[in-house]
Amino acid sequence: MLEFAFQEPMFALEVIIGGLLSGIMYSLVALGFVLIFKASGIFNFAQGALVLFAALTFVKMLEFGVNFWLAIVITLAIMMVLALSIERVVLRPLVNQPLIILFMATIGLNFLIEGLAQGIWGAEVHSLDLGIPEEPLEGLMDAVGISITYFELASAGIAAAMVFGLSIFFNKTRVGRALRAVADDHQAAMSVGIPLQHIWALTWAAAGIVALVAGMLWGAKIGVQFSLALLALKALPVLILGGFDSVAGAIVGGLIIGALEKFSEVFIGPYVGGAIENWFPYVFATVFLLFRPQGLFGQKIIERV
Amino acid sequence: MIYREAGQFKTSYEADEAIFPVRQDRVFVIGLLVVAFFVIPVIGNDYWLRSVLTPFLIFSLAALGLNILTGYAGQISLGTAGFMAVGAFAAYKLSTGIPELNIIIVFILSGIIAALVGIAFGLPSLRIKGFYLAVTTLAAHFFIEWTLTHFGWFTNYSTSGVISAPEMVLFGYTIESAESRYLLALSIVVVMTLLAKNLIRSELGRAWMAIRDMDVAAEVIGIPMLKTKLLAFAISSFYCGVAGALWAFIYIGTVEPQAFDINRAFEVLFMVIIGGLGSIYGSFMGAAFIVLLPILITNIAFAFGANLPAEVLTNAQLIIFGSLIIFFLIVEPYGLARLWQVAKEKLRLWPFPH
Amino acid sequence: MKLMKIAASAVAITAFAGIATAAEQYVPVTAYWTGPYAPGGSGIAGGWVDYMKLINKRGGVNGVMLKWEKCDTQYKPDLMIECYEKMKGKGAPMIHPFGTGLTYAVFERAWKDKIPVVTLGYGRTDATDGRVFPYLFPALTNYWSQSTTKIKFIGQQVGGMDKLKGMKIANVHHDSAYGKETTPVLEAQAKKYGFEYRNFPVAHPGLDQKAIWLQIARQYKPDWVILRGWGVMNPTALKEAARVGFPRNKVVGVWWSGAEEDVVPAGRAAKGYYAAGFHGSGTDYPAVQDILKEIYGAGEGELPKERVGSIYYNRGLVWGAFTVEAIRKAMERTNNQPVKGEDVQWALEHLEVTPAMIKKLGLTGLMPPMKLSCADHEGGGRAKFMQWDGSKWNVVSDWIDSDQEIVRPMVEASAAKYAKEKGLKVRDCK
Repeated sequence: MLEFAFQEPMFALEVIIGGLLSGIMYSLVALGFVLIFKASGIFNFAQGALVLFAALTFVKMLEFGVNFWLAIVITLAIMMVLALSIERVVLRPLVNQPLIILFMATIGLNFLIEGLAQGIWGAEVHSLDLGIPEEPLEGLMDAVGISITYFELASAGIAAAMVFGLSIFFNKTRVGRALRAVADDHQAAMSVGIPLQHIWALTWAAAGIVALVAGMLWGAKIGVQFSLALLALKALPVLILGGFDSVAGAIVGGLIIGALEKFSEVFIGPYVGGAIENWFPYVFATVFLLFRPQGLFGQKIIERV
Repeated sequence: MIYREAGQFKTSYEADEAIFPVRQDRVFVIGLLVVAFFVIPVIGNDYWLRSVLTPFLIFSLAALGLNILTGYAGQISLGTAGFMAVGAFAAYKLSTGIPELNIIIVFILSGIIAALVGIAFGLPSLRIKGFYLAVTTLAAHFFIEWTLTHFGWFTNYSTSGVISAPEMVLFGYTIESAESRYLLALSIVVVMTLLAKNLIRSELGRAWMAIRDMDVAAEVIGIPMLKTKLLAFAISSFYCGVAGALWAFIYIGTVEPQAFDINRAFEVLFMVIIGGLGSIYGSFMGAAFIVLLPILITNIAFAFGANLPAEVLTNAQLIIFGSLIIFFLIVEPYGLARLWQVAKEKLRLWPFPH
Repeated sequence: MKLMKIAASAVAITAFAGIATAAEQYVPVTAYWTGPYAPGGSGIAGGWVDYMKLINKRGGVNGVMLKWEKCDTQYKPDLMIECYEKMKGKGAPMIHPFGTGLTYAVFERAWKDKIPVVTLGYGRTDATDGRVFPYLFPALTNYWSQSTTKIKFIGQQVGGMDKLKGMKIANVHHDSAYGKETTPVLEAQAKKYGFEYRNFPVAHPGLDQKAIWLQIARQYKPDWVILRGWGVMNPTALKEAARVGFPRNKVVGVWWSGAEEDVVPAGRAAKGYYAAGFHGSGTDYPAVQDILKEIYGAGEGELPKERVGSIYYNRGLVWGAFTVEAIRKAMERTNNQPVKGEDVQWALEHLEVTPAMIKKLGLTGLMPPMKLSCADHEGGGRAKFMQWDGSKWNVVSDWIDSDQEIVRPMVEASAAKYAKEKGLKVRDCK
């Protein structure tokens, strides 16, 4: 069934390139999860809702006639306030609780934010134009017949910049190192004098920023609407493949999942009835985890009795 | 005062191993069952029996199943909805393929089929743990949903891909009215709850808890990992499968695979966590919380004469619901079941707290 | 238990509040105002309720005022059942489940309770055979009829049905019961007209469709694409089509893929795209002008004013008009008193909406004429086609009749299969 791919190498290449570009878009959403997981060991169920909230806030600002850059600043400010209040009201009283409890708190947050986002901003569909042209690069199209749009290139560039920035932040700065300490053990981190509250507020604010970027790019792609909250499902296989706590993993995982997903849909899908995009990435990631239970770049799980 | 076990002596091992060693618990549970079996069908109208209590019971069963896996054996799963779908479609195939089969046997067989599927998708749990495992169970969910949508055999080649539950006949009596549906669901749930309660007190149940608390340690003391974990998946999926069959046959009637979408799996997981991990009571309380709270919010808003627009109401529901979860967590992180225990402790001393 | 008691008393109170007084007709409005499909749900419900407001301003239906209650189903079958059970006790004369999956969840109970289920432009296609399904009305037009009008439209575009021979058509559909519903009728048409077709299922919710559109544009290279999407799948499909360079004026959408909400997020990528509709677009109708003046002028509108005249809003008007006319017809049996489910069932099987009536309602061009009967619960089957010019939908075809030669035998066969499975007696409609 794969001989098709070899018969049409240019087409296979285009499929794979398209997949890689889709994968980067998944990575953008996955990054938000990684941030919170890295800093607190929590799987943040509310990340999809954060993406929705950020995108809706931003597009509403634009519709009120606010200048593009000012709208970004205002939305960022709102996301900061949201992050601070989450830390204050939800996380601080739950310090030192088992992770499953914190996970559950994010479930509550998810409902709360979904209700707030729709309650404040309504449930209509908005279109969002970031001013990045969506036409394919003509030169490439004419030369080899592969279409890549300016928008996809820009998204990839933004994602790369974010990964670069976050990697530096986690590995080279004091705060970043403190974050990793907190993720290992809340109590131990507090006892060596790491201000847990600040750290958490900071990570959630950072996750809010990532959510805004993901929301803007995805919103420009498919319209700003409730379905943005469903993006989390696309990000999950990326996360487990790359490792929950690795920024690089989110990107590499995204690229692999994106390329494989498209390749399998085009070259395997037709033989089994199609629409395998929903489960194929999950099954693939599961099989992969059988060999590396912590994902590609996840921290090795060491168990002691 | 009311709830005090002092003076209740146990003189035999049987008494000590009873399901409810405390008399007050026994009385309470029996009283609850009497009300559920004899009072509620009489006073409840169609609305309450059909669209509130029946789904509540079915959700409780699914939550119980997931609680066995997540709460007792410590394996987080998001495949619940998938296993429910397997149960529903298996029951449909069985009852249309062999119409003379007793409906109870249909439900049991469809549970067993769901259990087999559960074992297959439980295999990765031997290597993969925690949230990684939770995400891999989504593979089961999406694969099952896709399979049921894409192969006409599962729906007897219906053009629209839906299954419609045939008429249910039990001992010559047609299960049709809201009361009979409710009672059938209730009986199944009561029997299966009793089974679960005993299962958890058995050697297997203790092995599950050992794995939950620390699986490496459990392995070291000689608990067979493969058998114990897969049994947890099998039994949990059995419960979910039966719940799915009930969902299709007793509750909705005509379903498509999308009726068991991913939100259903999350819903059941929330029930388990909110109710209390590793608690049978908790499964019921969690289901009650998630099924009844939104209805309660709507009706309270209505009772106060507030004619709110529908969207405001739903959003308010979401906000109140989310806030309540967070509030409960801060007050009592171990779920509603723990609150119940605390209440019992208080009752033990009340009205003389010192 | 305590929670339940509180809830029980709350319901008891609402039950008293819900009893309609003698001269009021209760109308349940079930739709979805939240969740991923809210844009469609709120639009239709808005038009529907606004129309009923207009009727009430003019003295109601034969002097009986309409009183409606909204219930948010969130597009979930279990919430639909809850809404239904709550509303049936209050004297619901009919129910619009508003969703194909929701229709399946509710129609068998409603049938037993003798409350007609009306599904305008969606729902269970084979229920068109009223002999088997007395209480289910997929009125105006069903999915199979729509499919035949679409092929006819494509035929018109290429200059005749004979030109379809040897053509390739890609059917891009939502991978669900709704999406797969038209496959058999497409196959029948492919045989009849000699074209070739291939299904391209899109996994729900369809946030990324690169793989499918690359297959279409580079491998299959069809002459036309039929888009049978829902929600966010639609704008995404149009964007991906633009990305791979597939011409949008060769894409024809179904009516759940052809509203402003489906094309606006796609921006320029949607320009030139065709979609079916069973009603007109815009505000150029006397009734809509009256609503703008009397309802929105008084600040009582359901939606922001700019949504009036949008596709979903106008569809809501058609739903409202259909509901009101069915009630009006049913009142022939109750001497102009509020009606019950059985009255409406009779009314629907004898309902004829003539062009003259439509003119009187001020809806000429918006609402198609129709005639329902005991055997035919569809009663129309016409569709109009529109094209998106980048800012609004323009009607580009006249009413196109469906091909009942293909549809009716298939409907009857499918209904007969259902009747056999359920052991039902088929009514004789003579």
